Amino acid sequence: MRALPLLTILAMLGPVAAGLYGTILPALNHLPSAGLTGPSLAPFAKLFDWPGLSAAIRLSITTGVGSTLIALIIVTLLTAGWSGTRSFRALERLLSPLLSVPHAAAAFGLAFLIAPSGWIARATSPWLTGWERPPDLLIVQDQWGLAMIAGLVAKEVPFLLLMTLAALGQTDAQRSVAVAQALGYSRLTGWLKTVFPRVYAQIKLPVYVVLAYAMSTVDVAVILGPNTPPPLSVQIVKWMSEPNLAMRTQAAAAALLQLGLVVGALIFWRLGEMLIGRLGRHWAALGNRGRADRIISGAALGFGTLSAATILLGFAVLTVWSFAGFWGFPDALPNSFTLQNWMRHGDGALAAFGETALLAATVMLIAITLTIGCLEAEYRHGLQLSQKGMWLLYLPLLIPQTAFLPGFQTFLLGFGADIGRIPVMIAHLVFVLPYVFLSLADPFRAWDSRIGTIAAALGASPDRILWKVRLPMLLRPILTAMAVGFAVSVGQYLPTLLIGGGRVSTLTTEAVALASGGDRRAIGVYGLMQTAAALIPFALALIIPAVLWRNRKGLRHG
Amino acid sequence: MADGLHLRDVQITKDGTPLVGLNRLIKPGEVLSVMGPSGIGKSTLLAFVTGTLAPAFKATGSVVLDDRDITIEAPHKRNVGILFQDDLLFPHLSVGANLAFGLPPGGSLKDRRAKVEAALTDVDLTDFADRDPATLSGGQKARVALMRMLLADPCALLLDEAFSRLDTALRAQVRDLVFARAKALQLPVLMVTHDSEDANAAGGEIVQLGDPMHHTSRT
Repeated sequence: MRALPLLTILAMLGPVAAGLYGTILPALNHLPSAGLTGPSLAPFAKLFDWPGLSAAIRLSITTGVGSTLIALIIVTLLTAGWSGTRSFRALERLLSPLLSVPHAAAAFGLAFLIAPSGWIARATSPWLTGWERPPDLLIVQDQWGLAMIAGLVAKEVPFLLLMTLAALGQTDAQRSVAVAQALGYSRLTGWLKTVFPRVYAQIKLPVYVVLAYAMSTVDVAVILGPNTPPPLSVQIVKWMSEPNLAMRTQAAAAALLQLGLVVGALIFWRLGEMLIGRLGRHWAALGNRGRADRIISGAALGFGTLSAATILLGFAVLTVWSFAGFWGFPDALPNSFTLQNWMRHGDGALAAFGETALLAATVMLIAITLTIGCLEAEYRHGLQLSQKGMWLLYLPLLIPQTAFLPGFQTFLLGFGADIGRIPVMIAHLVFVLPYVFLSLADPFRAWDSRIGTIAAALGASPDRILWKVRLPMLLRPILTAMAVGFAVSVGQYLPTLLIGGGRVSTLTTEAVALASGGDRRAIGVYGLMQTAAALIPFALALIIPAVLWRNRKGLRHG
Repeated sequence: MADGLHLRDVQITKDGTPLVGLNRLIKPGEVLSVMGPSGIGKSTLLAFVTGTLAPAFKATGSVVLDDRDITIEAPHKRNVGILFQDDLLFPHLSVGANLAFGLPPGGSLKDRRAKVEAALTDVDLTDFADRDPATLSGGQKARVALMRMLLADPCALLLDEAFSRLDTALRAQVRDLVFARAKALQLPVLMVTHDSEDANAAGGEIVQLGDPMHHTSRT
């Protein structure tokens, strides 16, 4: 058990290190399988000759930084203005399950809502807009990446909100706001001045994760982002999939550039934090009690609701399309509903579902075993993870997927390792492990160790205490962590695509592949299946403890 | 050498600062009360005896139970029972399963069930075996916690502020029950408390640990 923490770190960081290694060599024109021996800077020269480069870089930065900033502002103002109120709790309940909706499904949902022939246009045509046919507007995949930003914001708001709520539990927020209010501050201003600095310090790493993700996402960019040129991450994947192996060197150079962009953006963000911190201290010292608070809180609640509504309505429109018969514009609903789409795509979707579930279940089980092993080793041997250790956990989430997955594929090929299911599982584990660990660590550590002392005093061995007392008592958080792990694996696009070499087809890779074809009925079927695959484990994580512990009051709110 | 719980030259320090020092033999059926304000390390002393001392603390000396040196023994092999101020019943197990958890292995299920029933009847909790512990009153929980510990057949009993969560009327009742049982089983009892009433009711020797200021001034 003492070796488990090391093994866990190896499982998370090994592929990242191998991937970066496998990126640096081809980026320096060293790729023996393509007959190239470096080092030379030729790949970078080719990259800089690509005419789309500056636009691709600009898109990566604007969509990544823009969506992170907007999501953070919405979540901060929402929490500042409303935490503890009934509307906040309602929104919180609404947003939590939305967290597990895969990015691709949420992006498709948004696209089906806002496209010129989308649900919003249909619902308002022709009586409001006068449109008898879909207008010739480029709304989805617009060249500024606005649709992409909207999709990312809708998806990141639930994540950041849940992180903020977890952080709130560890700050004395309510009393701080009460003191500020007694001093004449409005709720929003009082919260921002007294609670926000403490909360932000706690959610800093998750914010960085969101930023790194948004700057380098591929699936959301393929669905909602512009095509000519696409954001840099999409272009990397395009080059990687070209039959000409030499293109990989250019892809590797672009991957290093992508890594540099993310690191640069993180540094820039950090500087911004310091600047805001300084301005904030100045602002707090000024003593303004807050003026436009009501309008600001109202707007924040509006945007928060919009974020939830986008995902929910997106889910609804995917459902409608999956059962749609003929559906002409501008009808709000199809002429008829049919099971034909499901009959036509059912077999393929079911096969993909099986592959998805096999991958997700295996990876999730490995991740939960390693996590429980690490946490138990920490309890038994006092091997506490330090603050630096927390960075290690976040590292695989901070390094852009596009920066090391192409290299990991090259690395595996260089070893002659067979591309396929098992390497895909290894790649999924890199992303599943941190989320499972972060999800379970707090409840696991919060377990009253006096219970362990009592059980030992009753003669129970450490293993018996773990299996008969601790794990049953922690059933709910353990199942939740497993559901998180499952959902993370279900949503993985790039690791499955690149490491699977096109031979591992999951619901996510199939759904994203449909994006260019525009068959909305097929996308509806796959998107719905994908969402179901991610959501069902969460439902089970709620139902199983409720049924198992139906006669155990002490565990009902544990 | 004698039966009982022997704390031999026990010294516990944290970061070089001495917290607790004790050298006592608690004979079977006797109670030693350790008193002092909170934060002085009373519970730390018990953690040393149960084998669950946090790594931040350093301890010297030894713990000998009925002529067996248990200083470095694993916690679950020490035969030292402990009761905390909270009942700490396992919330996922029924009352009966809580008691059966501590019962040494062996015997048919029927025999074990009978022992559990008898223990419950013993403290006026007949027919409580299938109950959810969370539905019990404070006094009932305290009695179940006591019987659970005693069924495990300990050779000594530690009490960590064990009565401080109970209200006054219940407190005396539970306290008398615990001391009576310990006496009947001839268990050496080590109790830490901040309440002189508990210490007086125990009827044994009382050790007063000095205030923390006293110790810091010595370093």
